[in-house]
Amino acid sequence: MAKRCEKLVDIGRRQFLRGTGIAAAAGVATVVTAAPSQAKAPLARVDYPVNKLANIKDLNVNEPFDIAYPDADAPGVVLKLGKAVPGGAGPDGDIVGFATLCPHKGFPLSYSAADSTFNCPGHYSRFDAEAGGLQVWGQSTQNLPQYTLRVDDKGDIYAEGVDELLYGRLSNVL
Amino acid sequence: MAYKRQIDRLPIIPADARKHNVTCHYCIVGCGYHAYTWPANKQGGADPKANAFGVDLSQQQAAETTAWYSPSMYNIVKQDGKDVHIVIKPDHDCEVNSGLGSVRGARMGESRFSETRNTQAQRLTDPMVWRYGSMQPTSWEDAYDLVARVTAAVIKEQGEDGLFVSMFDHGGSAGGYENTWGTGKLYFGAMKIKNVRIHNRPAYNSEVHGTRDMGVGELNNCYEDAELADTIVAVGTNPLETQTNYFLNHWIPNLRRTSLDKKKAQLPDESHEQGRIVIIDPRRTVTVNACEMEAGKERVLHLALNSGTDLILFNAIFTHIVEQGWIDKEFIEKSTVAEGTKRPDLYPARGEADGKPGHLTNFSGAVEGCKVSLEDAAKVTGLKAEDIAKAAEWIGKPKDGGKRRRVMIGYEKGLIWGNDNYRTNGALVNIALATGYIGRPGGGVVRLGGHQEGYVRPSDAHVGRPAAYVDKLLIEGKGGVHHVWACDHYKTTLNAHEFKRVYKKRTDIVKDAMNSVPYGDRDGMVKAILAAIKEGGLFSVDVDIIPSQIGQASHVWLPAAEAGEMNLTSMNGERRMRLTERYMDPPGNAKPDCLIAAGLAQHMERVLRDMGDTAYADQFKGFDWKTEEDAFLDGYQKNAGGGEFVTYDALRSMGTNGFQEPATGVKDGKIVGTKRLYTEGKFSTDDGRARFMDAPWRGLQAPGKEEEKAKFKFLINNGRSNLVWQNAFLDQANDFVMDSSPYPFIEMNLDDMASLGLGAGDLVEVFNDAGSTQAMVYPTPTARQGETFMLFAFPTGVQGNVVNDGVNELVIPNYKQSWGDIRKIASAPEVTKSLSFKSREYRLD
Ligand code: SF4
Ligand code: FES
Repeated sequence: MAKRCEKLVDIGRRQFLRGTGIAAAAGVATVVTAAPSQAKAPLARVDYPVNKLANIKDLNVNEPFDIAYPDADAPGVVLKLGKAVPGGAGPDGDIVGFATLCPHKGFPLSYSAADSTFNCPGHYSRFDAEAGGLQVWGQSTQNLPQYTLRVDDKGDIYAEGVDELLYGRLSNVL
Repeated sequence: MAYKRQIDRLPIIPADARKHNVTCHYCIVGCGYHAYTWPANKQGGADPKANAFGVDLSQQQAAETTAWYSPSMYNIVKQDGKDVHIVIKPDHDCEVNSGLGSVRGARMGESRFSETRNTQAQRLTDPMVWRYGSMQPTSWEDAYDLVARVTAAVIKEQGEDGLFVSMFDHGGSAGGYENTWGTGKLYFGAMKIKNVRIHNRPAYNSEVHGTRDMGVGELNNCYEDAELADTIVAVGTNPLETQTNYFLNHWIPNLRRTSLDKKKAQLPDESHEQGRIVIIDPRRTVTVNACEMEAGKERVLHLALNSGTDLILFNAIFTHIVEQGWIDKEFIEKSTVAEGTKRPDLYPARGEADGKPGHLTNFSGAVEGCKVSLEDAAKVTGLKAEDIAKAAEWIGKPKDGGKRRRVMIGYEKGLIWGNDNYRTNGALVNIALATGYIGRPGGGVVRLGGHQEGYVRPSDAHVGRPAAYVDKLLIEGKGGVHHVWACDHYKTTLNAHEFKRVYKKRTDIVKDAMNSVPYGDRDGMVKAILAAIKEGGLFSVDVDIIPSQIGQASHVWLPAAEAGEMNLTSMNGERRMRLTERYMDPPGNAKPDCLIAAGLAQHMERVLRDMGDTAYADQFKGFDWKTEEDAFLDGYQKNAGGGEFVTYDALRSMGTNGFQEPATGVKDGKIVGTKRLYTEGKFSTDDGRARFMDAPWRGLQAPGKEEEKAKFKFLINNGRSNLVWQNAFLDQANDFVMDSSPYPFIEMNLDDMASLGLGAGDLVEVFNDAGSTQAMVYPTPTARQGETFMLFAFPTGVQGNVVNDGVNELVIPNYKQSWGDIRKIASAPEVTKSLSFKSREYRLD
């Protein structure tokens, strides 16, 4: 048991360092709009890219699908929960997307399909995928950042924003 | 929907920002932080040269980076009258927390008073008085005058026993050495107030008289000992939630095996393994789960005993250790008293005297008195005899190679607020004394603590032992004036329902009298108040940072400052003393408590002189402090052990690591401290020898508990949770907290819920003969049938309402052993719809 946990932390760290790799492996994150052009006047909020993350067909119920948003260094998942939930998109209102670096100290979260929660091997925080990323218990002072998703007629899933500051960056779009 | 701040970027701390030392002012752990401040019209940049970290912030930072802070760590506050940005972030170089921030401490930033961002708008900015039927602002001079006149007049009529005082005795927050000294000098120096109590209990007493009487001060080890121990014993504590970063940064490495190298390096002549832990708690907590996940179930022994039976369990462990010969004979001979004393005649029913409820004796006297078989203990505790034997083995049995084990025993409110506090405390310390696990690396028998500490006051000997049961006296109609310093009896006392009923009635008599006189007629006002007091009324003065619940009954509010709004010193659970530097202004006209106490003293002096009582007036001299540092110099420096070595300057230069008290000297400008107590085997008794306690089991000790247990169906166990600090005095105005915790939770077994027709989030009434309260049902598969656990001291449902007034001989409340019935009030209210009621236990499947 102990071994397993330690390994998990290790794997977590490696995965984290491989941030870009995750997105590449998923192979679906394509930037549709580029970052705002230099000439524009600065805006009050960061300008989020609209990125295609996946297609509904890629998703199996309760299986997280690795993506990265708003850029390759910000790992996350898209998840079809099989029932309508807060922040859920798509025809059934059951598709959600979350950042997967723990907002406490940035360890990578793992998904527990058994109760649809994200769990952190760092300091045991838990976030509820069915409740807008609410921290069920934990040391983070934020609930889990959730993506604003849009699903088009073709079933393509786009992310268009994030509702909390992402771990490890003082601006959600770098 | 879960609360989200919709913050997508934060101002960057510029390279030239001011950096202040901060110790988290919430729990006992005292994690190191820094407060960075810079002018509102400036900001840093992503370029390494343009920010405080010297890091390229246009890049994603790695896990555990020093170069990130969350929105909860940020705010805009006033500093020297000007708006400044502030970030309060954990310090990676602090040995206590190594950069960790908990869900409580890492919200310090957004829990500062900010007019700009409207956070903690509840903070008091002015003295307030009862005028025209509500609380209205006034000047300090006017408020002091009213308080001093009424107080002096009451003392003239009733003597000093007519003045009741409730005052904090802790560090952190608005406590600290400065403020305990300021209040202490007023009430124990200028006056000798006997009817006095502390913030969380109805009398002025120690929570751990037992261990102190045995000669073992309760904070005797250091946090590193948790990394070095072979076995950690955790009694009545849930450290992942209540001593969070101590547990995460010092216990977990041992259980996870990552402190093994440290063990080998520091203690090379013995065998070492990954740590084991024995957890004694009727409830399965997230601590138990985390330990199992890290160490493996085979190295975690959770003894889920019947509530309140700790004493007999400790006696069985002690007996077994003695029978197996696992004791440290040399230590017992050298460091504990040789001669026994005769058992008091009526023992165990009565102790040596009212104020001495135990029987302190030698080792063999304790062996004889505490003797109990594993089987008998198993029957009472509901545990398996073999599990008790296993605990004894993990604690006592020498290691491979024959070397003595290193065992750290930590206890907290489960024992302190539990059945038969004094003797249970003694029975636990017996185990540590018999095995010699005190004053050695990897050892210690320590309380784990709630608040930080910061106590320096003139002697409290006049209070006596047992101390006055203040809340009871107030209910009985005693006292004419009540000064309350950062205590909220309405939330944090026992028999709270009845207390509130009577307190409101008594203070209303005074309010009605005040309504009948024009406010400007001061003589008429004082006369009317005194007449009302004669009719059973009570004049109440509340010194606090916010309008508290008890403050609703008060006639005067005096606004206090918190740590960071003043310079404030405290120590943590390993006696580590630090200075939190003033980094912002107090709200409006608020002041440090020590200076408020000084102001009161000066006005008492003036009023008494006007009354012609020069001798008494003279007693109120010596409060001419201009700053909190003056109070520190007058109090800590002159009165604390080793205080002469400690200055603000030296503390400033020692940053967030500070030193461990007591100070023993100064070397190269740094204060030299004391890592562990009792390393020489000399204890805190006249002869330097520790005492054992003859402490036989006597069932549920506090009056009314056995009857309550027999009459009502559910144990209403109670305590703190991870998310909420103390009685939520700041958290009640924090959106992140209140969004997910609108009502106090009550954890319930699923079958019990079914039998009462309850669903998740339903509001229930908890009631017994003491009173009633409300809570929100949290379905908990691991909760045993008939056993619930309710969040303590929460503003929207006060658990203390259903705690009866039974106390021990020394007036220690018994919050934990409460029984009541439960009925449904309403189906889950709308605010609970966005909550999650999933298990709090971290899982990997
Ligand atoms: S563990 Fe305690 S001291 Fe440390 S940050 Fe949390 S509340 Fe503050
Ligand atoms: S990093 Fe996730 S709980 Fe600490």
